[in-house]
Amino acid sequence: MPRSPRHPTRQGQLTTMTLPGLRGWVIAALVVAGLTSCRRESKVDVATREKILLLGNGGEPKALDPHIVSSVGDSNILRATFEGLVTYHPENDMLHEPGVAERWEANADFSEWRFFLRKNAKWSNGDPVTAHDFVYSFNRILHPKMAGPYASMLYFLKNGEAFNKGKIEDFSLVGVKAINDFELLCTLESPAPYFPDVVKHTTWLPVHKATIEKFGAMTDSYTEWQKPGNQVSNGAFMLTEWRINDQIKVRRNPHYWDAANVKPNGINFYPIDNNFTEEKAFRNGLIHYTYTTPENLIEGYRNQENTPLRIETYNGSYFFRCNVTRPPTDNADFRRALAYAVNREIIVKYVTRGGQQPAYGFTPPSEGGYDPPNVISYDPDKAREYLKKAGYASGAEVPEFSIIINTSEAHKSIAVAIQDMWKKTLGIEKVKIENQEWKVFQQTVLDLKYDASRAGWIGDYVDPNTFLSMWTTGDSNNNTGWSNSDYDRLMKESALISETAKRYEKMAEAEAILLVQVPVLPLYWYTRVYLLHPDVKNWHPLLLDNHPYKHIDLKPAEEEAK
Amino acid sequence: METLRYVVSRFLQSLFALLCIITITFFLARLAPGGPFLDEKAVPEHLIEQMKRNYGFDKPLPVQYGLYLGRLIQGDLGPSLGNKGFTVNEVIAEGFPVSFMLGISGLVIALLIGIPVGVFAAAKRNTMIDYGLMTLAMLGICLPTFVIAPLLGEIFALKLGWFDVALWEDSSAWVLGAVTLGLYYSAYIARLTRGSMLDVLSQDYIRTARAKGVAPIKVLFKHAFRGGITPVVAFLGPALAGLIGGSFVVESVFGLPGLGQHFIKAATNRDYWLINGTVTVFAVLILVMNFLVDILQGWLDPRTRTVK
Repeated sequence: MPRSPRHPTRQGQLTTMTLPGLRGWVIAALVVAGLTSCRRESKVDVATREKILLLGNGGEPKALDPHIVSSVGDSNILRATFEGLVTYHPENDMLHEPGVAERWEANADFSEWRFFLRKNAKWSNGDPVTAHDFVYSFNRILHPKMAGPYASMLYFLKNGEAFNKGKIEDFSLVGVKAINDFELLCTLESPAPYFPDVVKHTTWLPVHKATIEKFGAMTDSYTEWQKPGNQVSNGAFMLTEWRINDQIKVRRNPHYWDAANVKPNGINFYPIDNNFTEEKAFRNGLIHYTYTTPENLIEGYRNQENTPLRIETYNGSYFFRCNVTRPPTDNADFRRALAYAVNREIIVKYVTRGGQQPAYGFTPPSEGGYDPPNVISYDPDKAREYLKKAGYASGAEVPEFSIIINTSEAHKSIAVAIQDMWKKTLGIEKVKIENQEWKVFQQTVLDLKYDASRAGWIGDYVDPNTFLSMWTTGDSNNNTGWSNSDYDRLMKESALISETAKRYEKMAEAEAILLVQVPVLPLYWYTRVYLLHPDVKNWHPLLLDNHPYKHIDLKPAEEEAK
Repeated sequence: METLRYVVSRFLQSLFALLCIITITFFLARLAPGGPFLDEKAVPEHLIEQMKRNYGFDKPLPVQYGLYLGRLIQGDLGPSLGNKGFTVNEVIAEGFPVSFMLGISGLVIALLIGIPVGVFAAAKRNTMIDYGLMTLAMLGICLPTFVIAPLLGEIFALKLGWFDVALWEDSSAWVLGAVTLGLYYSAYIARLTRGSMLDVLSQDYIRTARAKGVAPIKVLFKHAFRGGITPVVAFLGPALAGLIGGSFVVESVFGLPGLGQHFIKAATNRDYWLINGTVTVFAVLILVMNFLVDILQGWLDPRTRTVK
């Protein structure tokens, strides 16, 4: 049964000032008077009873507009409030859940996809969600004036890139068409059997035309439409409150087509970017879930009975970029020496400590059944051999070079460990570790003004393509100066193959070149390490960590035990 | 007439200082490498160019500066680049009540602890009590807030359960934040009070009062206190501005949505307008506080009134 929507907070409460102070003072007075009493019911207990999920969510979102966000935390919120054609399955990333589209079909070579939209999908104001909404949204994110930072996700569409770059101005040439109100045709640049995976991504979410244009032009990227009270969305929840650095509340969307099966009544997202604070908030019973866990607390939690600690494989790769445009890292043999000299087991066991997997390839394993080719290993003898081949009789001859990292203790520890391994195995004495503030760091990498630089990459969907396409010549995420015509050719060829196994073969061939040339030194594959309250049910490990919130249930853990 | 001229000239000085601060901040922020539109996953060059156009960053810097001043005069601090959809005015308006409450409570705590401790220590000059209290105060100054704050949270929230350890809405964590700030400033105030009380207590009119047989407690509070408190009042101006301006550490440790976080985040995000906005607000706060303190001091200490 659909519960009638409750409005625990007024809509558009943005500027209303809450006064938690009063209670604080009362408690303070009680403390002073020595009258303080027994433990009260915790926030989490109350929230579980009211079926409100309380989630730590990293930092404050940059925006709540699917076409201008880029961070994981931002898309977590959008996943609650918007729904795309296809959505994430609660248990398995390989499976698809129908979203606005009831079903979909592809032509023989997977280059044309037809999505059949359900007729009962509604916006939170009651308007029907139609194929035209999707066309409008794809137009919006791809529009050059919109400057959506993540627009390249839609380059899958035929002419999507050309339109985004202003080479063609007629959007009707782009491969998306509303056949009628409830049928959407997507024509792709090249075959993509994994296209349903791609359209799950935040960038493919629809927006409500009338709402966007009520507050500005289609391509205005920072209007008031995103705010609670203004925002019209089509997901299981709708935005009811947004207070900067404080919290974001979403509550049931009464018009959602599947409202009857939405388990939580709402979600509060807390942008706590201090992970120690977040862990304390969890321990204090203020939140159900932490976004991260400080590395040095992992061990303590691991040893607890019925630990709330969760360690799960995550779709990401941690690596160093090498600048191949200047010495000493322009020498492939030298880069190989560096790659073979790193003992990755030590790094994951003693430095990162979060159950990460040592990476000997770039693409994480089990990426939709794809396994990265085995090329690199930890082999000190081989490393020394390559150093000789690179023209250095000993490590002492290697000129000074540096590893740059963005300022963070975690990155620093890893860099220090590697510096030490290079010294011990290869005898390289002059490796400097330079830390730079985040934006400076990004600029340095972009300008290729580094020797080796720390990097991480989280896949946008489950397919090796999301990890390998970035190493093609001139890709905006390449940033190593590396270019290999064979690699480019193999990647291009793989894009034209519709049979998955054959496509993977081609990509593995390409990845082998990448790993032989090592413009990047793979280090480890990510895990998600977080704390989850036992009241939270139906929360399964997911490779992409994109949990569809409507399935998540809240039940007091103790009650269940009885 | 003399007073009015003094007030007006002080006001103009403040205005000039403000303009300097705004100008320097504007250009310094732009000199920093990187930019607001860089992201971990690289944004294609053509899109960055368009974003710059969307925000008017493609115009020459002096033109942007002129436009900025024009908007500033109308009270418009511009859009936030790191919190899209919000104006800087809104971002500051949301953070201000939190910082104000933290700051004022912190100040009250600081005064309630600092002044009595200072006066008491002065009265018991060079005794064990004096040394003990001043050692504590020194400790309070030396122990950074990032040590005190988590400690208070660990003890009073997690161990004893008297307060919540974090968050703002429906949470009592801000009390611990206010106490952290209060303890820190109370140490300064105690030392300041003690020093100036000692100064005053050694003066002739106090000796006269004592000689007349006025009760020691009355000498302390009636005769010495008003003079002894003057430096504290002078200190209060910048202290209050600092307290209300927000504390990054306290806000971060207790997860409070005050202004302090914006100072740091605006800088790391290269959120140009928010950098300028927070600095401007903070500068105005300091200037206003100092202005008020000058006037208050004149009232407390007649000597400052006669000396021009």
